[in-house]
This record gives sequence, C-alpha cells and structure tokens, in this order.
Amino acid sequence: MTDLKNINLEKCLELLKGKKISSKELVSFYLKEAESNKKLNAYISLNSENAIKSAEESDKRIAKNQARPLEGVPLAIKDLFCTKDILTTAASKMLKNFKPTYESTVTKKLWDAGAILLGKTNLDEFAMGSSNETSFFGASINPWSKDNKQYVPGGSSGGSASAVSGNITIAAIGTDTGGSIRQPASYCGIVGLKPTYGRCSRWGIVSFASSLDQAGPMTKTVNDSALMLDVMAGHDKKDSTSADLEKTNFYKNLKNSKKLKIGIPKQYKNDQLSKEIVKFWELGIEFFKKNNCEIVEIDLPHTEYALATYYIISSAEASSNLARYDGIRYGLRKNSEDINDLYEQTRSDGFGDEVKRRIMIGTYVLSAGYYDAYYLKAQKVRSKIINDFNQAFEKVDVIFTPTAPSDAFEQGSKIDDPIQMYLNDVFTVPVSLAGLPAISVPIGLSSNNLPLGFQIIGKRFDEDSVLSAAKIIEESANFKKEKN
Amino acid sequence: MNNLNDWETIIGLEIHAQIVSKSKLFSGASTDFGSEPNTQVSLVDAAMPGMLPVINKYCVEQVIKTGLGLNAQINKRSVFDRKNYFYPDLPQGYQISQFTQPIVGKGSIEIDLKDGSSKEIGITRLHLEQDAGKSVHDLEPNKSYIDLNRSGIALMEIVSEPDIRSAEEAQEYVKKLRSILRYIGTCDGNMEEGSLRCDVNISVRKKGEELGTRCEIKNVNSIKSIGQAIDYEFKRQIEIIKSGGRIDQETRLFDEKKGETRSMRSKEEAHDYRYFPDPDLPPLDINDDWTNEIKKNLPELPDVKKAKLINQHKISSYDASILVSDKNNAEFFDKIIDGNKKRNPKNIVNWIIGDLFSLLNKNNLKIKNSPVKAEDLGELIDLIEDSTISRKIAKNVFEEMFKTKKKARDIIEKKGLKQITNTDEIESIIEKILANNKDKVEQYKSGKEKLFGYFVGQVMQETKGTANPGIVNEILKKKLAN
Amino acid sequence: MDIDKKLVKKIATLSRIKIEENEVERFSNELSKIISWVEKLNEVDTKDIIPITNPSDIKIPYRKDEINDGKIKDKILKNAPEKKAGYFIVPKVVE
Repeated sequence: MTDLKNINLEKCLELLKGKKISSKELVSFYLKEAESNKKLNAYISLNSENAIKSAEESDKRIAKNQARPLEGVPLAIKDLFCTKDILTTAASKMLKNFKPTYESTVTKKLWDAGAILLGKTNLDEFAMGSSNETSFFGASINPWSKDNKQYVPGGSSGGSASAVSGNITIAAIGTDTGGSIRQPASYCGIVGLKPTYGRCSRWGIVSFASSLDQAGPMTKTVNDSALMLDVMAGHDKKDSTSADLEKTNFYKNLKNSKKLKIGIPKQYKNDQLSKEIVKFWELGIEFFKKNNCEIVEIDLPHTEYALATYYIISSAEASSNLARYDGIRYGLRKNSEDINDLYEQTRSDGFGDEVKRRIMIGTYVLSAGYYDAYYLKAQKVRSKIINDFNQAFEKVDVIFTPTAPSDAFEQGSKIDDPIQMYLNDVFTVPVSLAGLPAISVPIGLSSNNLPLGFQIIGKRFDEDSVLSAAKIIEESANFKKEKN
Repeated sequence: MNNLNDWETIIGLEIHAQIVSKSKLFSGASTDFGSEPNTQVSLVDAAMPGMLPVINKYCVEQVIKTGLGLNAQINKRSVFDRKNYFYPDLPQGYQISQFTQPIVGKGSIEIDLKDGSSKEIGITRLHLEQDAGKSVHDLEPNKSYIDLNRSGIALMEIVSEPDIRSAEEAQEYVKKLRSILRYIGTCDGNMEEGSLRCDVNISVRKKGEELGTRCEIKNVNSIKSIGQAIDYEFKRQIEIIKSGGRIDQETRLFDEKKGETRSMRSKEEAHDYRYFPDPDLPPLDINDDWTNEIKKNLPELPDVKKAKLINQHKISSYDASILVSDKNNAEFFDKIIDGNKKRNPKNIVNWIIGDLFSLLNKNNLKIKNSPVKAEDLGELIDLIEDSTISRKIAKNVFEEMFKTKKKARDIIEKKGLKQITNTDEIESIIEKILANNKDKVEQYKSGKEKLFGYFVGQVMQETKGTANPGIVNEILKKKLAN
Repeated sequence: MDIDKKLVKKIATLSRIKIEENEVERFSNELSKIISWVEKLNEVDTKDIIPITNPSDIKIPYRKDEINDGKIKDKILKNAPEKKAGYFIVPKVVE
C-alpha cells in the first residue's frame, strides 16, 4: 500500500503517471485527511463536491495518456486567489460570502495543467500579518505544535504552510508581500518560494500592496517548487506589471548544478541574532563550501531601514486597494440611510483591527502635509535599498540569510504589540522591496524542536540560481520531519 | 455707487472632454452612450477584487493629438496617479488620473471676440483620467441608483490659465476648444450628452488690487449656462465684498432653472485626495517618433485653415470663422473650390452660409448629411457663372436639388429653365409683348415710366423667368425708345 | 510624531472607518508608536534620489482599441447586496 501521506508532488506525479495510484484515491485520501485535521484550522473551505469529480476526469485523461503537467494532483490554494464560483474570503468578514464569477490567472494555469482544487487555505486577514492570527476564521496552527502549546504557522500564508507541513495537501500556493510565503515556510519546515516581481500574474488575486504582492509555491521539496513555478509563471496581458519572458524550465534546469558565489550580508549579522541562528548560518555556509561555492561578504547598508520603508509603502498601497470594499457591489453591507454612515459601518464591521490599523497608517502617510516626510521618503529609501542589492549582485550570484529572526512563536504572544509582530519580517522585507526572487528552505530544528528555515535571494528573474542553491541546502541539511 | 466697471473677474476653466474611442481607458468595455444600465461594465470597471488596469493605446494617441492641436508641449514621460475619495459612482474608491506629471504641458488657443479683437488664452495642462459612473437620484425618494456604464471612459481634463476676463471670453474659449476637439476628432464636444463638461473657477477683485478668493462652479452644462453662471457669480461676489463680507472658498452648483449658483448642500470637507503614483501602471513614455508620426497625420487646425481662407481666398474673417467652426463646413468648401479653380470663393461662401445652411437648419440636417453634395453645388455655381441660368432661377433649382437630390442639369433640362440669351429670340418675344400691349406702350411713351417693369415682367412670364434679364432690359429699352 | 485623538478621528473619517469613542485612545497609542518607529527613515540621506514606485522596469503594455468586454450585467450585479432594475442601490446621495 502506497504511503499517500508522506509523498511530495514529484513522487505523486510519478505514481499517477505510472498508474500506481489514481487521482480519485489521492484526492479522496487528502479530503479525508483535511477533514480529520480540523484542529490545524488550515482550511477555510474544502472543495469536497467538485474535487472528486475533477479527479475522475483526470483519471480518464491519464488512462488516455493525455496527462497534463500536474494532472490529478490536489492542491491547496490560499484564500486570496479568486476561484470561480467558489468561496473566496481573504479571511475577512468583509468577503465571508463572496463567490467570484471569475478565476485568477495563476489558479487557472494550475487547473489547465490538470491540478485539482482541494480547498482554500487560511491566512491573515487580507494578507496582513505574520502569524495567521488575524483571520476572521480563527488562527491556524503550526503542525509542529506540541506539549499542549499552540505555535503559529507564520503568516500571512499560514494555512497553506500548515497544510503542506501537516500533510493534508500535496502542495500549496500562497502570496508573499513582505515575507508571507517565506516566513511561514520557515516556521513550518517546508519550502516556500517568492518569485521575482512580475514573474507570476497578479490578476484575480485580492490585492494588498500592488508593488510587492507575488504568488508563489509552497511545497515539501525544492524540486516540487520548481515544478509548480513552471506552471504558475508566465506573462498575462491583463496585468500591466507582468513580465513578458520566454517559457521557463526551472525543473529541468535543476538537474544541472551550478557553481555559485554566495553573498553573506554583514549588516544582517547583528548582536540581536540568536546564537542558534548564527550556528545554522555557519552550517549553511559550510554546506555551500563543500559544494564548490565561493563565499563572499557583501554590503547591504540600508538594511535597517527596510522594515520602516516596507510598512509605509505597503500600508499606503493597501489603504487605497481596500477602498473598494464599500458594501455597494459585493461583500458585507451594513445598511444606513446615509451613504457615509453606510461606508463607515460596513468597513468597521467588515475589517479586523490589523487591517484597520494599516489602512489608517496608509491614509496618514499619504495625506496632505505628511506625504513628503513619509511616503515620498520611503520611495526614495526603497530606491537606495534596490541599489544596495544591485551593487551586491555584481559580486555574487545569490545571497544567503536567515529567513526569520527566530523559530515559530506561541499563539497570542505578539498579537498585542504590532511592532513586535512586524519585526518578524526583518530579513524578508528588503527582498520584497527590491522585487527579487527568494526561497526559504528548512535547515534544521531549533532547541525548541521547531523548524528553522534559511533564505536564498537571487537576481531579478534568476530563480534558477535560487533553486539551485536551495537544493544544496536541502540535500545537505537532510531535514526530516520528525514530529509526531 | 453700483459701478461694476471698477471690478474685474479672473476666470479659469477646467474642461472635461470625453475621448472618442471604441473602448474604455483601462478596460475593453464599450463607450457607447445611452445603453441599458451596467451593460457596458467589465469586472475592472466594477472594481471587483483582484482586477487590474491595462491602458488603451488609442486613447493616449487622442491625447497627443489634442495636445498638438492646442500648441502644447507633449511630455516625454508621464505618470498615472490615484486620486482617492469615496463616492458610490467611483467603484475603486480612487480615480486613476494624473497629478504631478501629466501627458501634456503648457499650450494656448486664440479666441475671437465680438469687437473683432483676438486674445490668446493659455492652457496650463491636459491630463488623462477615468470618468466616473452615473448616479440617478430621482427614481426613488430615499435611494440613489448607480449605473457604471460611464465608469472608466477616457477623459481629458484641460485646464486653462486664469486668463479669462469675461463671460464672453469664457464662452468663446469653450466654443473654440470644442471646435478644435471636433476638428481633430478627439472629442465630439456634445455638452447635452455630457461628453464635454465645464467647471468654472472664478474670483473678483477691484482693478489693481490683489487676487480674490475663488469659487469653483460645477454643473455648467451649456455655453449659455457658462455666461449666466459667470454673470451671476460676478455680481454675487462683488455684493458680498462690498457689504464687508468675505468670499468662502467653496464649490458651488449652477442651477440652470434659476440661473443662479448655490452652495453645495453637503458641506464636503476640504478634499484630501492623497494622490500617489498608481503602482499597477508603469510610467508612460512618449518618444519623438511617436509624436511626429501623429503630427504628420493631424488634420489642418481651424486657425491655420482660417488664415488660409482669408489669405488665399480673400474671404472675410467672419465668414472664415463660420467655415472653420466645423470641419465638415471647411471640407465642403474645399471640395467646391478644388473642383474648379475658376469658381469665385465669395460666391461659394454665400451659397453655403446663406442658401445651404438655411435649408439644412429648416430640415434639421447637418452638413455631413446634406442632400446636395459639394460637387453638385459647385456645378450649380458654374451654371450661373456661364449664364446657363440666372441667379434667380438658380435659387429655385437649388431648392429642387435639396428636395429631390437630383443634379442641377437634370432639373434645368426637365423644367426647361435654361436661360435664354439669344438676342433674336428675346427680341421676337419682346416684339410680341409690345404688339399685344399697344395701349400700355402708348402710356409708357407719354410718361408712365413705371410700365417698363410691367413689360419686363411680361417677358419673364412668357419665358418662365429664363430670359437673361440684362439682355431683356437692353433690347426693351431700344424698342421703346423708337 | 504623536497621532492625537483629533488626528485619529480625521484619518478614520478619510478612511471611512468608524472608531468608537472608547477605541480612539488605543488607536492613538498604536498609530503613534508605529509612526514614531517608521520615522527612523529620517536618518537616511535621500538628496537627489529618484523615488521608485514599482521595482520592475517593465514598459507600460498597450491594449488595442477594441470592444472585447462588458455585456456581462448579470455577473456584475451578481454579488450586489442591493440592486434593482439593473442598477446598484445606495441610500440617497445628496449633492
């Protein structure tokens, strides 16, 4: 009997192609697993009705040798991607009953490749958060939680990370604005990739911060990540920020190993970094050395300003992107006889506290008298941060850093202090500002027996090098999921 | 002392002109006017979650064309900004517009005033933006109905320098601007349908003093209203200042029925639009090649055309203005003058502005749909010129041409209207008339000179008006002198 | 920068978010803290630096002027909380 629980995407495709398992078996199995692991609260909704039907169709295609790249594989989709006629909530009361009449470009590509929707995963409301605690549907749990303690899976793509790590899906997709794929991947011990800005289409993804949002795969292995990205990537005419490039071959290219120059940014090593993280960082460096890679110290002088820059810009963009939630054309509506009162009641009731805070910060930094000091200033600092990376990449191929300053924290421990929460993103945010590709790959367990991931950052559109370097860490670290 | 002459008014106009294009600025929905509500709305126009804008290239070209038509600077790089505010007809909660870097910079147009003088009015800038949807407030007492068909249609916002000093100047500016836009085909200038809208910014001051506080007047929907609104505001503001009060900087609405402006009922707070560059749209780069390509294909502008008409064809300035007020007028004239260089321009102008316009107006037709084509009118003019018919007959022929769409020659043939110029023929007819009216001839010879007209009339009647009047007069005079 | 209660209320109104009286103080504290924290940026010398809106250098893509969208009234109105005769309905907006 094939162990369906602990297989990755690559293995799964092999078994399906070899007709060792059927899609129907696979999908039924995972639906059951998802149903019986509700305590993780990784899913907001399951696609129970249609998934089996789609699986049957996939089996027919496989039988006829008409299998497409992801034929028959069940995937978990962050509930930020609009899925046609299927509940899409952004984990918010505002959209709790919203069923779009359209499909996002990225998910359409997955379905056209034969993949099957298993369910929509939990997230921080409107993708704003680092712990999945702000969801209207309750917090998601890190499957590594033990000893009666609940640890956060990270955020905002906490549900997707939890599902992959908890083996209640084969693979998942998320979105990353300031670290929302990478940080949960680190906390949950899986692989999470944020592609270059413009690599994947943003059309049909509920928008948070337009110049930062990117869709990406969340998987058990680096190979899986490459497989998924090959399907997800591509130019979209409907997205004016989408890059028009040649078809990708990430999975194939992984077979050729690369000799890479690895950059270590000196500003990321500060006194506040835990000894544990430093230890793993050095371990990773050793892995690279053993694989013929050169280690180079690099300079990213504006690192300490990245978080502030990010919070100003992302909040500003969010305040504008969320103005459309007004109770008129879709979503929650709190009726009133006065239009402005209707807006206020609807938005106050529909949005949670973190979303309200960010909208107000965003409104503030754009308002008359403050624009120059905050928003414009942040845009200029962003320019400097991008320049830092450009200079560094003249010397190296990829940059190697921790993904997060610590392992997963306990639920409730940081939610009352927004700034403490924001500090979780210190290593991931600069990458987002520069629009670069980056991956988080598990390197080991903390002293608390919780996963730790490390980040590899690449040049724009050089996901090949990022994946290659990640593969080195993955193979060397040999991270096994030792929970349960 | 109510001496308004001590005062002057400083006026600037903001014109919103809907761009002529098939689809909207950032979505592929249709821009047609008058369809069923919400049938010309895409997911992007409705601001559904996850929607993104993609720009219509033709709309950008229309803006460049317009900028060139206004003698304005075309900026090589421009940026789209979001203008953030909440209103039910604004689905995104922001309008995609341009704030710090518009497509078009400074320009100018020249206006002609009644007293014969010309004045240059500066254009500050022109930018591209989205139109909003429409709210209908009178279908139900407590509700407003929202139709997003108009939401997302491309608009040009044209801002004038505050160079305007009177209602007449304002009206002439709008008329001129409208004619240029229609001429180059970038806006149909239809104020009744809302494709051209005008906001008036007006302040007053005693001549020589500092600038006053200005008010913005909205909802000014016709040339006439522009004049009325300015006249009303001028008096209102002066009265307030004279009685010791201060002008509130505010937005007022023009009430067409009353001819007055009033304060907007909902005291809107000072709008803080929080403009910032739209992160969904890269900047717009317009290089010289593109601009020059468009310049090459631009039709001749009204002012240039007018100058040509005056200089080349010696047409009066007044007549030339009428010809260039509509591209179709000018084209009609051109076709006739180009058809035969010998044709007299003044003649052509008189026929167009006099006879043709009169019949078109009576029948509610535009020159574009004139039953009489330019070539045919040209032919008619030739037939007068070569004396085939008299001018008087020609007028009847023209009416017939208008009614039946038949050509002049056919009508003349059919009705036997050719002018008789054969002197022998005319002489024999005259002899016949005189022979039949011996008594009247006697009376004429004994002093009743008025009877000359009677004899002429008889000849005309006999020949159905086709006898050449000049020849008739000559021969008749000779015969009666004997 | 201290975001005092008056400013909180002003921002809330601009954002069309209702803040109850008993929440104003909390928001004031939270927002003040966040704003003070981001003021760190004042340390950076940004003279002559061109601000960046989007990290990509993609050229703006153009669309042909053709009608290929719209005519989907049912989809547009499908999720509307209040609709009638093809319109979206809102409380009377007074001009």
